[in-house]
Amino acid sequence: MKPLLTLENIDTYYGAIHILQGLSLQVNEGELVCLLGGNACGKSTTLKTALGMVSPKNGSITFAGEDVTKKSTSTRVKLGMAVVPENRRLFGPMTVLENLKIGAYVLGDADPADIERVFELFPKLKDRQNQLAGTLSGGEQQMVAVGRALMSRPRLILMDEPSMGLSPRLVEQSFEMIAGLHAQGISMLVVEQNANMALSIADRGYVLQTGRIVLEGKASELAGHEELRRAYLGR
Amino acid sequence: MSEQQGLGIGTDEWVAQHEKRLARRSGLLGILDLLNQKVSPAIRYGILGVAAIAFGLFVDDFYLQRIAANLGVFLILTLGLNVVMGFAGLLDLGFVAFFGFGAYAYALTSSGHLNQHWPTYLSVPAIVIVTAFLGYLVSLPSRRLFGDYLAIVTLFFGQVFIQLIISSDSITFPGNEESTDITGGSNGIPGLDPFVLFGYKFKGAADYYWLLLVILVFLIIAIIRVDRTRVGRAWKTVREDSLASQAMGIKVNNLKMLAFIVGAAIAGLAGTIFAGIQNSVFINGFDMPLLTLIYAAVILGGSGSIPGSILGAFVMSVLPEILRVQNYSEILFLSVLILTIAVLGKSWKKFAFNIALVVLIGFLVKVIVSALNIATTPAATWAIAPVSKALQHWLVIPQSRLLWGNIGFVLLISLIAYYSIAKEKIKFYLLPLITYVAIFVWEDRLVIEPNTTRQLIIGMLLVVLMIVRPQGFLGKTRVEVL
Repeated sequence: MKPLLTLENIDTYYGAIHILQGLSLQVNEGELVCLLGGNACGKSTTLKTALGMVSPKNGSITFAGEDVTKKSTSTRVKLGMAVVPENRRLFGPMTVLENLKIGAYVLGDADPADIERVFELFPKLKDRQNQLAGTLSGGEQQMVAVGRALMSRPRLILMDEPSMGLSPRLVEQSFEMIAGLHAQGISMLVVEQNANMALSIADRGYVLQTGRIVLEGKASELAGHEELRRAYLGR
Repeated sequence: MSEQQGLGIGTDEWVAQHEKRLARRSGLLGILDLLNQKVSPAIRYGILGVAAIAFGLFVDDFYLQRIAANLGVFLILTLGLNVVMGFAGLLDLGFVAFFGFGAYAYALTSSGHLNQHWPTYLSVPAIVIVTAFLGYLVSLPSRRLFGDYLAIVTLFFGQVFIQLIISSDSITFPGNEESTDITGGSNGIPGLDPFVLFGYKFKGAADYYWLLLVILVFLIIAIIRVDRTRVGRAWKTVREDSLASQAMGIKVNNLKMLAFIVGAAIAGLAGTIFAGIQNSVFINGFDMPLLTLIYAAVILGGSGSIPGSILGAFVMSVLPEILRVQNYSEILFLSVLILTIAVLGKSWKKFAFNIALVVLIGFLVKVIVSALNIATTPAATWAIAPVSKALQHWLVIPQSRLLWGNIGFVLLISLIAYYSIAKEKIKFYLLPLITYVAIFVWEDRLVIEPNTTRQLIIGMLLVVLMIVRPQGFLGKTRVEVL
């Protein structure tokens, strides 16, 4: 398997606080990798570092065979990274269609075929395309957020806590959707607190604790790991 | 599908009909909503355009032409600020400095002051380009700032501009004994050349009016188009959530700089025309009062809305002029008052009842005043304008006008304050009382002090609007993503 995203010995600081401490991880082509961990252990920072919204002090980031450590977020999105941010972060006073078009910003004007593809995936959004994104329900907003990410024709989607703020049923639907996208060949790095859910659809997983990877392996192995079960699965 | 019966709360149809349900308001607002839906934007702009052309063709009153030309300049400024603040969400408090720079640059290149007489077709484009570059320079230190931080930095730039102009009337260049007067300091620069375009020398405000009309048509079309493009959308995302915007691959800093540059160029253009119309430039025209008016216009109309900017500019620029004339101000005041009752009354029946109550209160007060033998001012001295003449048999003005006017004013403010927290039932009876006191205060005091009244009315308009409709006349309702 060819590596798509590689983070190597990353050190990220917020001011004087050392957040990521020599973190290394890898997402291969076509893989669904989940990053597990409790509160404030650096999950979101890992995504932000990968996306270039936070720059690491040391270490290197390689994406699609290119060293992007010093590249801007814009360049990385152009190369094929897309993000579904924590809490979705839609542009509320703009319509669903406008939100989707913004997703294709780096490609220039949005391709109608791409919009159509998103509508095929989420038929509900087609009916709602002229509605303001902020008026949608949580589940629908999640669809727009994923659709927006897809608009830039990504090779890798970074998902930050897709279960946050959704009802249990919608969490399940959300993960089915992620699995569906994965089945279409899109690589994904999913940051999640809901370890059970994440491991059930992932190929591989990493466990993050206070800025360090403490455990990694196949999802099935991790799901059976004694210590992890005690720490995160509550069994 | 069972949406015909019952509300169907929680079903998709209920949410999807959100817009339609909004329209089902009764009374005056309902009619306005309906008009708003039925008349397409193209028709609205068309009506506006025809009215503007008709004005230019048929109105040859010099005073009115001057007001119209000033409105044109103000409109350009409002549209420019709408790009910076409305679209990109940047609180740029140095905006008028670009306007001033454009005006002064025109003055320096087209007057006897420095003995430069550049042709208009050269000076105006050159000034617009230089102002845009100035906007770029200001945006460099400001590009990482947002909100109040940006406001402070740009405010500083605006004030620096004013100080520079004031103190540049005696600059001693090295190797030169005598000081040179560059900007005329606080005396300004008089005697500017009029615009000359295509061999035609501009004679008065009417000529500038046509030029402004052409520029405004192009500007409005351009801004509407930009609003619908990728850049326009990206500006809005910067305004809404710059972090999410960055995560989408949008170069937030570059877009902010672009907004600054576009805004500066538009303000610079407005400045050159303003200088041409005025024939002179003075620094005090480019300070905080103007900035406040432009911001008020953008916010009043609805930040980010182009028709809103036009409406806001119209209100903020024409209203003060109308309020100068007693007859107009009186009619305007009373119609706004009646409109307010109509809107607050919510239905026609309540409205009619309210008006009847106001009339009744008037006669009641008259009876009480005569029963108590309070000396009144003869109607002949206060009822001068047509409307007040009509009111003279209904309204009483006591002899000590100052005292009663002040009492009435305090009472009015207290009643309005109470109204905002009163219960629905009390509100219903309170409204006619407030209306009566308002008419009384108006006829007793405000109408004879037009300068104070103007400020008061504009201030009240803003306060009331911001409470009732925080998004401005034509702005979009804020939707927060939670």
